[in-house]
Formats: sequence, C-alpha cells, structure tokens
Amino acid sequence: MSVQTRIDRRFAALKREGRAGLIAFVTAGDPDAGTSREILSGLPGAGADLIELGMPFSDPMADGPAIQASSQRALKAGASLSATLAMVKDFRAADDDTPVILMGYYNPIYVYGVDAFLGDAKAAGVDGLIVVDMPPEEEDELCLPAIEAGVSFIFLTAPTTDDARLPRVLEHTSGFVYYVSITGITGTKSAAIGDVRAAVERLRRHTELPVAVGFGIKTPGQAAAVAAVADAAVVGSALVDTVADNLDEAGKPRPGLAAAVLALVGDLARGVRGARMKGAAQ
Amino acid sequence: METLNTYRAGPDDNGHFGIYGGRYVAETLMPLVLAVERAYTEARNDPAFAREMGYYFTHYVGRPSPLYLARRLTDHLGGATIYFKREDLNHTGAHKINNCIGQILLARRMGKTRIIAETGAGQHGVATATVCALFDIPCTVYMGTIDIERQAPNVYRMKMLGAEVRPVTAGSATLKDAMNEALRDWVANVEDTYYLIGTVAGPHPYPMMVRDFQSVIGDEVREQILEAEGRLPDTLLACIGGGSNALGLFYPFLDDSGVRMIAVEAAGEGIETGKHAASLSAGAPGVLHGNRTYLLQDADGQIDEAHSISAGLDYPGIGPEHAWLRDAERVECVSATDDEAVEAFHLCTRLEGIIPALEAAHAVAHVCTIAAALGRGNLLVLNMSGRGDKDLDTVAGLAGGTP
Repeated sequence: MSVQTRIDRRFAALKREGRAGLIAFVTAGDPDAGTSREILSGLPGAGADLIELGMPFSDPMADGPAIQASSQRALKAGASLSATLAMVKDFRAADDDTPVILMGYYNPIYVYGVDAFLGDAKAAGVDGLIVVDMPPEEEDELCLPAIEAGVSFIFLTAPTTDDARLPRVLEHTSGFVYYVSITGITGTKSAAIGDVRAAVERLRRHTELPVAVGFGIKTPGQAAAVAAVADAAVVGSALVDTVADNLDEAGKPRPGLAAAVLALVGDLARGVRGARMKGAAQ
Repeated sequence: METLNTYRAGPDDNGHFGIYGGRYVAETLMPLVLAVERAYTEARNDPAFAREMGYYFTHYVGRPSPLYLARRLTDHLGGATIYFKREDLNHTGAHKINNCIGQILLARRMGKTRIIAETGAGQHGVATATVCALFDIPCTVYMGTIDIERQAPNVYRMKMLGAEVRPVTAGSATLKDAMNEALRDWVANVEDTYYLIGTVAGPHPYPMMVRDFQSVIGDEVREQILEAEGRLPDTLLACIGGGSNALGLFYPFLDDSGVRMIAVEAAGEGIETGKHAASLSAGAPGVLHGNRTYLLQDADGQIDEAHSISAGLDYPGIGPEHAWLRDAERVECVSATDDEAVEAFHLCTRLEGIIPALEAAHAVAHVCTIAAALGRGNLLVLNMSGRGDKDLDTVAGLAGGTP
C-alpha cells in the first residue's frame, strides 16, 4: 500500500506486538467541553489504541440508556459537530499517531454539508467515520465521498448480516470492520464469547481487514476475552457510565472525573494486553 | 416548477421520492427491512392478499366509509360544498385501522409472532392492539409519557385489548421518542418481531406500503363523489402529522390536475412562537427514523421537539412522499393553531353532531378559513380522519372548554 493511514499503521503495529487493540469510545463534549478534552487527551496514555469519538445526537436510535444520556449531557453543555471537529484538531496537534474515528448519526453531518464536513474532518485529523444509520444501500451519499476525501468509512456488520449480504457491506469498508456482537442496542446484553469467535472467523473468511468487536463489552475480563479472538475490542457504555457516576447532584463533574474514566481505560487496556500473551506463549 | 406526467411513479427501487425517503437504518435492521420489502412486493402481487384485506375491510372495519355532505357546515360557511370522508366511523374510530389490517396480514405471512408499534394519539396503538387481539399475537406499544397522560382513554383501551403499553420518558416523551424506543426494541428482537409503523414514514418500504394500504380512502372517495355529484372534487383537504390520512386521500387523485390538495399542519401556539409541529411549513430536509424528509431541527441537525394540542400531529417529521409533493408543488401546505383547531372542534360538533378528533379538527379549521373564498360550487372533500371521543379530557381541561 502506497500511503498508509493512521488506522493501518496502528493495526500493523498491534500485529507486530502480537496483541489486539483497545478502542475507547467517549462522547465529544460529555459532560462538558473542558472535561471531555481532558479525557480525550488522556486516552492514549491510559492505553487506548484507537479512539472512537461520539458525535452527540438528539435521537440516537441504536444506543442504549448510557450513551443516550451522554449525548444529552453533551448537547445540554453546548456540544455541536463543529465543536467536535475543533476538539479533534486540538487533540491532533499533540498526538499524530492515535487514530480518531468519529461515530454517530447522519443528520448532523447532512445539515453541516457532506463536502464541508469531510474537508473539515480531514483537516482536523479525523481518520475514519462510523455512521450508524448509513447502510451500504445509501453509500453514494457519504461513504464514497469520504473515501474520496481520504477518510476511512467503517460499516457495521451485525449477527443479522448473513453471508449473502456480507460482501456488499464489506465492499467499501476501509480501515477495519466493526462487528456488532449482539442484536440490540449499546450497553445492554453481552454476547457469548463462543458466538463472537465464530462470527469473527466468518468475517475473516470474507475480508483481510482487522476486525473490531463492540456492543456489550464492559469489564476488563470481557475485553480480554474478546481481545483473544478479535483484532480490537470496543468499550463505550462502561466509560460514559463512569462519567455519569462522577457527576454531582447538579450534573457538574466532580473532581477526578477524567481520572476515573482513564483509570477504567487503563484496567481495560491491561485486560486486552494480557489476553493474547497467553496465546502467544502456547 | 415543471409539471410531471405522473406524480404516482414513486418511490424508486431504493425507496427514494426525489431526494426524500430511503433506508437510513442500522445494519442490524437492514436485513429485516429488506425482508419486509420482499414480503410486501410478493403480497401486493398476490390476489389472495388483496382478497383477504378486502374481506376484513368490509366485514371488520366497516368499509366503505360514508362520504357525507356536511350541509349545515356548508351553509354556515357560505361557500364551498363540504363533504366529510367519514374515517371516524371505522372500527376503532380512525383511519389507522386500514393500515393495521394490511400490515398484520403481512406480518402473519412472514411468520412473525410478536408485534411492536409506536403511538402518539393512541389511535394507531389502539388499532394495532385491536388487530393483534383479532389474530392472537402479543403486542407491545411504545407511547410517550406526555401522550399517555393526555390520551388516557386510548391507553385503557389498548390494555383491555391485551397490549402492553410501555411508557417512554426519553426526550420530549412524545411520538418521536416512542418511535426511537420501538426501533431499539426491534434491533433487540430481530427474530420474531414485526414493527408495525403507523404512518407513511420510516425506512422503505414503509412509506410506500402504508400509503398503499391507506389509498382505499381516496379510491372510495373517487367512486362516491362521482356517484353523488357526477364529477371529481375541486379541493381535497386533510390534516397532516406523519401524513397517512392525507396521503391515503390524495394519492389516487395526484394525476388529476384539476384537483387541488391542501395539507393542514399543526401550528401549535403559532409558527412564529417556535412551539408547533409544522415540519413542511417551517422545517428543513434532514434524516431521521430511516428516511430523509422535512424535519424540525436546529442549525446543528439536532431534532427539535414538536408542539401540538393534538398528540397525533405532535411529530417533528413528515412522510417523505409529502416532502417530495411539497417541493413539486403538487400539494399546498398550510397550518392551523391549537386555538383554531379547538374552535373548529366545537363548531363541527354543534353544527353536524360529529365530534372530530383534534387532529381532524385542524382540517376543519382550515375549511373554515377558505370555504367562503372558494365560493359556491367548489366541491371540497375533507378527510374526517378520526373521532374525538379520546380528546374530551383535553378539551374539557381548557379554559372555557366546558359546554
């Protein structure tokens, strides 16, 4: 490959290390802009290999109560798509290696304007997009222009994506493949690890891309189990729940909120890093 | 605007009406949405499906619904000749049952064993609970807590019919939030569950399918008005929230260029106050609940809360085909405020002995505005989409609401 992206370089490095990665999801602007920036800048040091930054939306249809609430907190504190891009730009000034993937819903991007958004996102240092309500059927609208603009577009695959449909979904996926391990919304049930393993094996029969697994991974133990069978584990609801747990009665952050989130990221990262070591020693 | 040869060709294979419509849903749901489309394509080409629907329309719903000449309202307003299409006389008291019959028969064909639905005014929830009782299928209805409060009789009705009513507290606790929760339920129960959407919105094929099931309204009006007056109507008028009763009336007439069509949105406390539900009049294109359409939203693309005294119109979006028809200038969009609707509610009740649903009262309100100007001889058909028994508490609770 001629020009490697940050995502490609990071997964290549993980492969050399013989381990899976941790992808940390936090919502941009949650619980407020300042605290959110503190969390974001601390994520790489705490052990996040890639970052998914949630673009807050008023109606997150695929998300459970934890991420719904985090979106609401961010919007109430004045979050917007342009503020999210500014956050990435500042992050990128200090960290040129950790991939940042924006995750969210299409309407704020559509209203911002697809071309303007892709230009601004690329300039800010955004590496990829996960747009939940943008299936391959509508790929002309955002996915193909994103790839054209040099931003990876990561489609979700789900247990309902059968072998007949999978090639269609994978056709324009770039960077990595995101496997939604349950049929359900974020932060609710967790998949049995045997099912995850079988699903990842199925995906690998269809693609060479790294496979990240998300939805329902909450503890370092669960993250380790997923890291043993996939290329990355995504944790989101547990992190934004930690944000919620560290707010006072007025909804303001208590001292140490960012540190608490980063401490959990550290625990998760240790789980992920320990997972394949055993496998490698065998 | 250029005039098209037909306004009835949409949607295209991907569910688009111009730039509107489409299938903006999460991957987990996409295979389900495609399965609904396949099943519906098969069903609409199967004469047995049409026969089965026809049977229930006639013997269960009570179709055809009458086309009634509202003589006293006509005399009172001193202009257009006003007919009511009496969807309020359907079983369950609104047009919603037409769509529910169609979709429950489809769900059965697909072998689904559980039904979910969203509801605002509760009319769709009641209609869904009714067909689920009829076919002995478990049913869960999502309803915002604000709506549960203002539509208590319908909540009781749904429970009597055996449905579980799940209160939704998220967001504005109205129809939009109920739809979010229903989608979340569907994502979590993909194997056995069918999502019975109540209006001409959502991902393809729902807007097309619900339109088709509701088109029985306009098809009947065409026959009935020809029988009564020997010609087509000059003006069609309907209230519009999601837009299923309006599209059901309009669709069969879209290519009759002499027929003027007017959709009446809910202006709530007035469009200028920002507290309204007039997405066509005051919204902008956006993507929500699986389709692109006009939405009430802010400059950042966050969805605004809608406001209307009528729970059935209290939605920040609109069916995508309506968005397209608006841009094509085939349908005119106007609005009526809460106060105008309540005034029309009383007027209609006293003059015709027909208590309209607050939704339909918005249409009556606009008839009051334009009937005189349309002049004598103008044949107008108003879709009396539902009856107002469910709204008595709301109206009685208003200052001066007590008779």
